[in-house]
Amino acid sequence: MAASLYGPDEAQPALWVYLEHEEGVLERVSLELLSKSRALADAAGWRVAGLLLGHAVDPLVEQAFAWGADEVWVADHPLLEPFRVETHTAVAFQAILQGRPSVFLCGATPNGRDLAGRLAVRLRTGLTADCTDLRLDLEQGGVLIGEVTGFGGGIVALITMPRHRPQMATVRPGVFPLSSPQPGRTGVVIPLEVNLRPEELRTRVVERVVGRGVDLTQAPVLVVGGRGIHGRFDLLQELAALLGGEVGATRPPVDEGLIGRERQVGQTGVVCRPKVAIVCGASGAFQFVVGIQNAGTVIAVNTDPEAPIFEFADYGVVGDALQVIPALIEALRAERVAV
Amino acid sequence: MESFGISRDGHEWHFVVCMKVVPKPEEVRVDPETRRLDRAGARSEINPPDMNALEMALQLKDRFGGRVSIVSMGPPFFEPYLRVGLAMGADHIYLLSDRKFGGADTLATTYTLARGIQKLGPVDLVFCGEESSDGATGQVPPGLAEWLDFHQITLVTQVELDPLRRVVRGRRERPGGYEILEVPLPAVISVKTGCNEPRFMDYRLKPWAFAPERVTVWSAADLQVDEAFVGVAGSPTQVSGLAQAPSRERKRIRLEGSPEEVARLLAERLREIM
Ligand SMILES: Cc1cc2nc3c(=O)[nH]c(=O)nc-3n(C[C@H](O)[C@H](O)[C@H](O)COP(=O)(O)OP(=O)(O)OC[C@H]3O[C@@H](n4cnc5c(N)ncnc54)[C@H](O)[C@@H]3O)c2cc1C
Ligand SMILES: Cc1cc2nc3c(=O)[nH]c(=O)nc-3n(C[C@H](O)[C@H](O)[C@H](O)COP(=O)(O)OP(=O)(O)OC[C@H]3O[C@@H](n4cnc5c(N)ncnc54)[C@H](O)[C@@H]3O)c2cc1C
Repeated sequence: MAASLYGPDEAQPALWVYLEHEEGVLERVSLELLSKSRALADAAGWRVAGLLLGHAVDPLVEQAFAWGADEVWVADHPLLEPFRVETHTAVAFQAILQGRPSVFLCGATPNGRDLAGRLAVRLRTGLTADCTDLRLDLEQGGVLIGEVTGFGGGIVALITMPRHRPQMATVRPGVFPLSSPQPGRTGVVIPLEVNLRPEELRTRVVERVVGRGVDLTQAPVLVVGGRGIHGRFDLLQELAALLGGEVGATRPPVDEGLIGRERQVGQTGVVCRPKVAIVCGASGAFQFVVGIQNAGTVIAVNTDPEAPIFEFADYGVVGDALQVIPALIEALRAERVAV
Repeated sequence: MESFGISRDGHEWHFVVCMKVVPKPEEVRVDPETRRLDRAGARSEINPPDMNALEMALQLKDRFGGRVSIVSMGPPFFEPYLRVGLAMGADHIYLLSDRKFGGADTLATTYTLARGIQKLGPVDLVFCGEESSDGATGQVPPGLAEWLDFHQITLVTQVELDPLRRVVRGRRERPGGYEILEVPLPAVISVKTGCNEPRFMDYRLKPWAFAPERVTVWSAADLQVDEAFVGVAGSPTQVSGLAQAPSRERKRIRLEGSPEEVARLLAERLREIM
């Protein structure tokens, strides 16, 4: 087996988190990863470091400390803004060889996946995709165990890379809860040298439009439609609006183009943690259920009394969603008027 | 069937499309006994965004000439699925197939695909789908670009080729926004599912597409791979165990009655929770 550029014996007992940011704000998934890493590090006696690449990123350093970093490795350079996989891979690679962390984590976002995908090859190490949980096996000297779904109903696979470092993984936004930040908490800033030269840079950003897309991971209420709502997402939208929530979907309506892919919930979609999920006309396939298993309360509406979704619901209604949902909208409206 | 190959400036464009054959998601069943995925009964299909990647490459071929090669790493049963790509307008299939390639994670997969592409000689663009419907890591396009030392634009819905400056421009979709990036050739492009309408296959091309000589199979020896980098041996990640998915205990209370009655009960519950 081919070796990574450095091995377990040379690795430092540290968890590194790639800190993604946009318009001067750290992405929430990076804070989730800091929160989780802090907990893992405390149990293991390890360090947590943030890797912060960008320009004029000073204000973000404090945030990283507040959310649990012991160290922040900072590369501040105009060419590091905005994110380009070319520049960020080059600088992250140098930083990793310098710091030799045992673990390197990224959010499973478009930029995080691109960066991690290139870095893993450059470092000749493994990369576990879309983890739903992370553990550290200290008996084995700090082996990262990434829990991933997708291998079968109700089964999670535990993925490790015992002989390669850093142990790289991406984690879906919304999987880990945020800890509470500790304002005033400090740590060590480690500045990184940046040797990028504009004439060597090959990626040109011709145009860039930043938006806040739908973020189902943060919705307090999620109203999900499956194949059984026969495309009536307008009804679900009405209900979601009344409850201050968002609309999600199972995969079939997404594949049929009835609703955007960014709203797909589940293993190959978004993992959510709403207070309430109202699931209409979905059978309850395991690949879907992983997307709502962190919900506070699950309500299911399905015509089939035997549908597996009822196993995963707190409140189950056997009935036609196209009748129950309009009635619920009515009931909620009536209540509003009463108040 | 020979393509016009050489463009006016004498450059023969070469577009590569990486295609994977996957089990149809809706036919993958969970074995009730073992609770593992049972792929045996499932029919296969070409990974959906790989069809969009092929269409994008074919549109460039329509416009600039040159040829389109399909590259795939996988077992021999992939072949008939891939030949549909020939009947759509691709020129040749290179199937990287060897028992030694089995069990590859993305590091080993990208290494093997890169060796195959390097053996093709000069290429201008390598197209991939954004992610597969089974492994779904999305790690192959950036990993492949890294092995090849190519630039990359991922999650693309549109591309534009500038033959004079030898650059490619792509619109990269991001949540709530997009960016237009320009990189020099050669480059790896990953293509968003559904960004175009893959053309139908041309039935007149079928006999040509199914002729044996349209497919070249390359083994580990043909690719002169370093065996430490392929298959299980070349895969740092391993499945070290399986566990029951942690599932939250749910109340499983049934609410009964007419739609109006259950609606009222649900409204009550919602008021309590929120
Ligand atoms: C590798 C892989 C990844 C996958 N990833 C995902 C994923 O991320 N997300 C996802 O959702 N799926 C995913 N799937 C697909 C998943 O296995 C299921 O096929 C899918 O979740 C089923 O969607 P559904 O419940 O909407 O449709 P169906 O299974 O067809 O269920 C429709 C349900 O609607 C009910 N119904 C019909 N009419 C009504 C009505 N009028 N009122 C109320 N109920 C009604 C029916 O009784 C039935 O239970 C994945 C599959 C694979 C193999
Ligand atoms: C449930 C599951 C989870 C997995 N998790 C991991 C993991 O965490 N880490 C890991 O390293 N491996 C993982 N694997 C293994 C991984 O799926 C394989 O390495 C696979 O060969 C390539 O990855 P992918 O399917 O995720 O490709 P993706 O990166 O999702 O595919 C993107 C594109 O790359 C191209 N492509 C991918 N594979 C091929 C191919 N064989 N031939 C031609 N083109 C191709 C296609 O254009 C495709 O659209 C997992 C596999 C499964 C089934």
